[in-house]
Amino acid sequence: MNTTETTKTNLLTPTKRLKRRYRAEKWFKRLGLTAIALSLSFVAFLFFTIFSDGYTAFQQSYIELDVHFKAEEFTQEKLASANYPGLVKEAMSTMFPEVTSRQEKKQLYNLISPAAAYKLQDTVEADPKIIGTTQKVWVLADDDVDMLMKGKIDRNLSQGDRRIRNNQLAWIDRLVKEKRLEMKFNKTFFMTGDSREPELAGILGAVKGSFLTLLITLSLSFPIGVAAAVYLEEFAPENKWTDLIEININNLAAVPSIIFGLLGLAIFINFWGLPRSTPVVGGLVLTLMTLPTIIIAGRASLKSVPPSIREAALGIGASKMQTVTHHVLPLAMPGMLTGTIIGMAQALGETAPLLMIGMVAFIVDVPGSITDPAAVLPVQIYLWADSPERAFTEKTSAAIMILLTFLITMNSLAVFLRKKFETKW
Amino acid sequence: MKVKSILAASALTLAMTVPAMAARDYISIVGSSTVYPFATVVAEQFGKTTGSKTPKIESTGSGGGFKLFCSGVGVNFPDITNASRAIKSSEMKTCADNGVNEIVEVKIGYDGIVLANSKTVAPLNLTRKDIFLALAKEVPDPANPEKLIANPYKTWKDVNSALPATKIEVLGPPPTSGTRDAFVELAMENGAKTFDFIKNMKATDKKEYKKICHTVREDGVYIEAGENDNLIVQKLQANPNALGIFGFSFLDQNADVIQGAVIEGEAPTFEGIAKGSYPVSRPLFFYVKKAHVDVIPGMKGYLGEFTSEKAWGESGYLADKGMIPMPEEERKMYNENVASLKIMEMK
Repeated sequence: MNTTETTKTNLLTPTKRLKRRYRAEKWFKRLGLTAIALSLSFVAFLFFTIFSDGYTAFQQSYIELDVHFKAEEFTQEKLASANYPGLVKEAMSTMFPEVTSRQEKKQLYNLISPAAAYKLQDTVEADPKIIGTTQKVWVLADDDVDMLMKGKIDRNLSQGDRRIRNNQLAWIDRLVKEKRLEMKFNKTFFMTGDSREPELAGILGAVKGSFLTLLITLSLSFPIGVAAAVYLEEFAPENKWTDLIEININNLAAVPSIIFGLLGLAIFINFWGLPRSTPVVGGLVLTLMTLPTIIIAGRASLKSVPPSIREAALGIGASKMQTVTHHVLPLAMPGMLTGTIIGMAQALGETAPLLMIGMVAFIVDVPGSITDPAAVLPVQIYLWADSPERAFTEKTSAAIMILLTFLITMNSLAVFLRKKFETKW
Repeated sequence: MKVKSILAASALTLAMTVPAMAARDYISIVGSSTVYPFATVVAEQFGKTTGSKTPKIESTGSGGGFKLFCSGVGVNFPDITNASRAIKSSEMKTCADNGVNEIVEVKIGYDGIVLANSKTVAPLNLTRKDIFLALAKEVPDPANPEKLIANPYKTWKDVNSALPATKIEVLGPPPTSGTRDAFVELAMENGAKTFDFIKNMKATDKKEYKKICHTVREDGVYIEAGENDNLIVQKLQANPNALGIFGFSFLDQNADVIQGAVIEGEAPTFEGIAKGSYPVSRPLFFYVKKAHVDVIPGMKGYLGEFTSEKAWGESGYLADKGMIPMPEEERKMYNENVASLKIMEMK
């Protein structure tokens, strides 16, 4: 009887039932593949839209001016008090002598960014000897000119429908022909803080703010997290108190991050009196947020160290503390570091808790210390996305690209560490 | 191990020493998201030209700004709050309770609220009555005009036969926004007043009157689109039937893709709002704590920059950013108020 059954399930001539099982398996595999393809296409779409919107932000239009640094303008004691906007206007007027009416002149000056005056000031302050001479200076063009150069303003629309007038268009074309209006690599974007002029807005303030904030978060949450994980895993007695603590830690990991922001507002700002909008407060709040993640990851990696290591160390006379610090902790460290990096990456992308402690603010100066007001990268993205000027759209996407670069680097570092130091037992 | 314990120790000392800090050497400003784009320009200009620290500006909304501003006097509290409406008497009371007794009120200019749609379709020609009928939760019953019914209108043609037969679909700010407050007050309330029995209600039952005028319908016709006005502009481009509600500066910056609806015969233009002929416009303010002016460095400079002709004048840089300047006498008056730090009367 048995023999007849086995001959029936011959693999060379499969039965109906076997065929059905094969078919089911094939479909199951296909389902999984579709899921992966679908999520990959979402990621590809996201990257494509961000990249196609944002890559233009790395170039910026500059206009070359022949600036005559008249000696009589610099009679005051301080170089800063000279009339730099006047010098810019004069340079534009000499380039276009045919423009005479007041209104046209204003339109002409609007081609140049207000930042041009700062550029002249910097040039003079760097080398005061140029006073009295005429110099060729490349200055930033206005954001509307930049948008036109990047093809984001349609020049075929009627004059009333676009922000560039017809006469301005003619001037721009002349500048381009004379090679006085060119696209150059946008250094400003990486060298300055926020600004309300899109052509002057940069990411450095936010990057530095993020760095200082994460520095505080890392230097607090890593030691505290590791210590908590070691105690709970290696020393704590098993009773209902440790159970309670464990439940609470797991709970905290799932608490919405804005709650930590409210807590930070109540304790760090209102009670301790720390200054609002600073990396200190931001770092403390994000520490609260990442601690549970680090403790959970730390405990998991301590658990994965086999008990035989501890028993061997104790067996040759090591104390409990020596066992932990000399043997268990080094072996668990790669796992803990991975957990920490992932926690940091999470903290880097967080805005909600920072909203409550005033880090969502317009801050121009690049922060120099942890008590200066600062914004962070995701906050900068949020603020730019909300600005009326069209040119901020590409800046938003460019800032997203930079944030994504940091996140991808941190996550691949975590993967790399895990792969390199992973020990198989 | 040693390295790690040093790290931990230094981190802890860091955390412990910080609360000792007291002085603040930059101006702290909070308040309205409508004034934010203008205040930030002034702050930046002030920081770049004087070499002082650039003021820090948080966009918290008018109400949130007053809450922070009125919490007390001292470096932990903001020096200035921006507002897209005048301070309420309840807020003044909070201020007084917390020792903030001397406040300087500065009006800076006007802002128009526009109802805009995509340029691909014809602009709408609305009255405030149309706006009320299209967006209020309860409207007078056409069959029995003394009675209120739940808003039955689905298309603009239902509201007013002169309008096109497109579906009513309006994207606008949430109730926490100052723009929304101003919109319901200036557009809807004035629209509701065209019905005599509602107007009479103002004297008899003020609470009910407010409820009728200020409650926006919740059946999906009015879509709360968050505070991100750029998003609304994008949605309008995608959906030509929809209307969006936002400040004039967004229309000004995006005039190539959207257009403002004509309200009571007046198109939302710079001149129309400045003259006061465009009906849906509101004043913008900021409030200064007098006690902070001599304590926080740069306060006088910032106030001077904001109230200078090159900033808020007819052809100043704030006008370039879409703020509507005040008439000359008003500018002069507020300029003097700021120079002498004339405090407002506490009610």
